[in-house]
Formats: sequence, C-alpha cells, structure tokens
Amino acid sequence: MLLTFAAFMGSLEQGMIYAILALGVFLSFRTLNLPDLTVDGSIVTGAAASAVICSIGGNPLLGLLLAFICGLLAGTVTALLNTKLKIQPLLAGILVMFGLYSINLRIMGSRPNIPLTRSDTLYKWAENSLHIEYPKLIMGVVILAIIIILFFFFLKTRIGFALRATGDNEDMVRAYAINSDGMKVLGLALSNGFVALAGGMLAQYQSFADVTMGTGMVVIGLASVILGEAIFGTKSLLRRLIAVSLGAVVYRLIIAQAFKLGLPTSDLKLVSAAIITIALAVGAFGGNFSLNSLFAKKEAK
Amino acid sequence: MLKIEKMHKTFGKGTINEKVAIDNIDFNLRPGDFVTIIGSNGAGKSTLLNCISGVFPIDKGKIILDGKNITRQPEFKRSKFIGRVFQDPLKGTAFDMTIEENLSIAYNKNSFRGLQSGINRKQKEVFREKLALLGMGLEDRMKQKAKLLSGGQRQALTLFMAVISKPKLLLLDEHTAALDPGAAKKVLELTNRFSKEPGLSTMMITHNMKDALQYGNRTILMKEGKIVMDISGDERADMTVEKLIEQFEIDNDRMLL
Repeated sequence: MLLTFAAFMGSLEQGMIYAILALGVFLSFRTLNLPDLTVDGSIVTGAAASAVICSIGGNPLLGLLLAFICGLLAGTVTALLNTKLKIQPLLAGILVMFGLYSINLRIMGSRPNIPLTRSDTLYKWAENSLHIEYPKLIMGVVILAIIIILFFFFLKTRIGFALRATGDNEDMVRAYAINSDGMKVLGLALSNGFVALAGGMLAQYQSFADVTMGTGMVVIGLASVILGEAIFGTKSLLRRLIAVSLGAVVYRLIIAQAFKLGLPTSDLKLVSAAIITIALAVGAFGGNFSLNSLFAKKEAK
Repeated sequence: MLKIEKMHKTFGKGTINEKVAIDNIDFNLRPGDFVTIIGSNGAGKSTLLNCISGVFPIDKGKIILDGKNITRQPEFKRSKFIGRVFQDPLKGTAFDMTIEENLSIAYNKNSFRGLQSGINRKQKEVFREKLALLGMGLEDRMKQKAKLLSGGQRQALTLFMAVISKPKLLLLDEHTAALDPGAAKKVLELTNRFSKEPGLSTMMITHNMKDALQYGNRTILMKEGKIVMDISGDERADMTVEKLIEQFEIDNDRMLL
C-alpha cells in the first residue's frame, strides 16, 4: 500500500523545509562537532516569530527574516553558556531549549498556538501567484537550493575554513590565531538561525504555530543528517550538503509510508529512534555492513 | 627576542596534588637562537612551552616577546607570532580538511579571515611550489584530506604550516617522538632548515640527547621546574652525551635512546 500522490507531494514539500532544519543541525553536529539540543526550542521560536508577523498582517518574508534572527540569538546564548561559563555543550543546549519554552509563549502572546488560516503566508502566495505546476514544491526547492549554495560558498571562505577546522581540531585552530570560542558562537548562531528559519517556514506551510511543535525536532534533524550521509555519501562538501538535504526528504517519506501502513502515531518516536540507530550502525560499519560480517564476527569469538 | 622574567607556575594549588611545574625561571632568547631543551619526565619542559604559547596562564612573572608584554594575552592572539608543532601528529592539522585547506588556514594566520575565498589560484601555486621543497610528494596530493597522511608526512606538513606565515618564535614539543627513526630524521632535517629563516628563533624539546647536542646553537637542561644547565658556543661543542649524564646524574633510560 503506497502513499497517495497527494500525500507523496505533501511529504516532498515538507521535506524541503525539514532539509533546512537538517542543514542547520549539520552545521553544529558535523561541522562544529557539537550536538546541539537548542534546536527543539529554537525551531518553535522561529515558528512563533513568523506566525506572529503573519497573524498581524505583516509580510511573510519579514516573518522569516525575524525567525532567522531569533534563531541566531538563541544559538548565541547556547554558545556563550558553553564557551564563557564552561557549561557542557549538551547541557547548555538543554538549558536554552528549556528556557526558550517560556520565551516562545511570550512571543506568541501567551497563547499555546497561533492559527494562520486567515493570514497571508508565503505558501498561499505561491499557490495564488505562481502560475506553475506544484507551486509549493517548486518554491521549496528553490529556497533550499539557494541555502545549499550559500552553505557551500560560506564553508569555502576563509572564515568557513576556520569554522570547519574548529570542529576538527580545536588545539590546532588556536595555534593558527583563530578564536575557537568565537567560531563556536558563530557556528551555533548560524545553525540555530537556519533551524528557526525552517520553523518559520513550517508554521507558514501548515498555517499554524504551536508551542509544543519543537518536541523531537533535534532527533529529526540528526536522523536526516545521518540517514542522508549513509545513503548518498560524503565524498565532497557539495555532495554532503545535498545528501543531508535529501536525508530529510527520505525521512519524511519513510515516516509517511509507515503511517500509511498502519503505524500508530504514538509509536512514531520509537520508529524514529530505530531509524537513527540503523543509520548510525550503517555509517559505522561503512560499506562492509552485511549480515555475513555479523555472523563472521560471532564465529570468530 | 623572547624574555621570560621570574616565571612561576604551580598546578593544583592548595590540593594534595600540588606541583610546582615552573619555578621562578628567568630566560632570554636571542634572535636566531635555536635552543634544544632536555630533561626527564615532569621536569617542566612542556609546561614551559605551554606557558609561552598561552595554553596555561602563569601564576607570576612576565613574558615579553619582541618588546611586547604578552603575559596576559590569550593563546590565539599570541599565535600570531608563534608557530607550534605538537608531539601528537594528529594535533597539528584539521584531519577532515584537505592539505591545501590546512595550508590556507596557516598561510592566512595574520590576515583578516572574512568571506574571501578560502584559497585562490595564486595561493595554490605558492603552496605547490613550497610543498615540493619538502620532498615528500605532497604537492601532488593537495586535494587529499590530511587524515590520509602518514605520521611523518603529517608532522612535516605541520612544521611547514607553522613557519609558512613567518612567525618570530617556533615551539617544538617533541615533534619527532611519535615517528619512526627514518621519518624522525627527515623531520629533524626540515626543522634545521626552517630554523635558519631570518628572524626566527626556535625552541625544541627532545628526549634524544644526541639530537639535542647536534641540532641548534644552544642547549638547556631542566630539572624540577628550573633551568639547571644552559650551554652554547665552545662549551656546547665540547659537550658529549656521556658527560651530560655524568655531570647531571640523568637517570632516565628514555633519554639515552
């Protein structure tokens, strides 16, 4: 029983948004080598900012810009907790994510959700004004492509080199006059900026923002990164960025298909955890992962 | 050049593990000096270099580099004038970046790091030309990741990266200790060649006393956080490994290797 065409298209459209989340997570998790849990909070901050602007009749693009800026700030706070107060990165992320819940509610005017059914959003604009087939998907692809290109060129600049080297080898970058703490602030800020942008787009796509929508987003981001890299490879930087984005799309399709096959919604998190575990295992064993190699090891013991 | 005044460093102050690592050291490095540093484990050799480069803040004293007081400067700022090679070959390069990307990071040490392209064609040519001088064939592998290099190649690359931006001071912390004898010799010869760059002073820690006397123009011996011997010129030319052991009661088997 395969997905219907409409459900398939929906997954692709969402995949383009989740790909931006995945790229943001890629920046912290892979480039900086810091697993950042701020994501669960900052994605809602982005959604809230974008929804508030849309709901008061503001320009949806302004909403997205504001979402991005809010994300930058959230990431900066996490990075400062880590670098200045020497709080472990995981804990710093948890603290900020925790605190953001209250901030998100404040942004939303103490309402747990903001409906955008009567407000202008980017996706409604696309449907009404773009006279092409699949306007929402095409717009998503274009935005994603621009972001991938930005990532690619940024990571190839001098400061991009410094950022990547900080994730590889902190001792080394300090020996080459790079402020490793500053690089962490920059990296985590940008990472959460893109995560929040994804949140802002998600709110406009689904026509509502909800204060609980962030739960598990960091896991979805990680799953997309790991799945994408395991399936599509990491040979070059551009390929890796595209792989991570496609990972998010594949993840959406797997989840949608699983629901279609009768997976209860309440089991989603267990299935997600299983997908990540399998993807991590495939990554760790590389191309040599096969049932044979597992049996061979057992016999050797 | 480098002037150290009454430098003092204690680890774990006020605990049962309290250890005086550097004990009121005064030290003066002349321009162009190549000092080799020997001493048994725990004598304070690495701590001395780490205090100079800013890895550890010092408790007391002053560090003056080229007339500038750098005692309170953070590590990354001092790095503008200081090149470093660590003992562990993994520590010197960004392993998941290519050779040319690593070189670019080193080459641009003193320039603004903004949104310019990381490497341009002109720089690539410079890198290729200079890498060829190492005689390791790295000039044909510039697009390969640093993690694919052997320990010796990596240390040679790190050494090259440390001097490419013309630092005033080169700090080498047993940078050949993790290498096989052939690679160690090659890296030492490169070290010797680079140390002759005009305006560069070098400090090299080694566990090999023969190397310590053979390379450089000055040798210091450290013991319990103090400099107990400082020889150069004729005195150093007359010194042998045997005499060193006899005079300073060195009982570290590893140093005899």
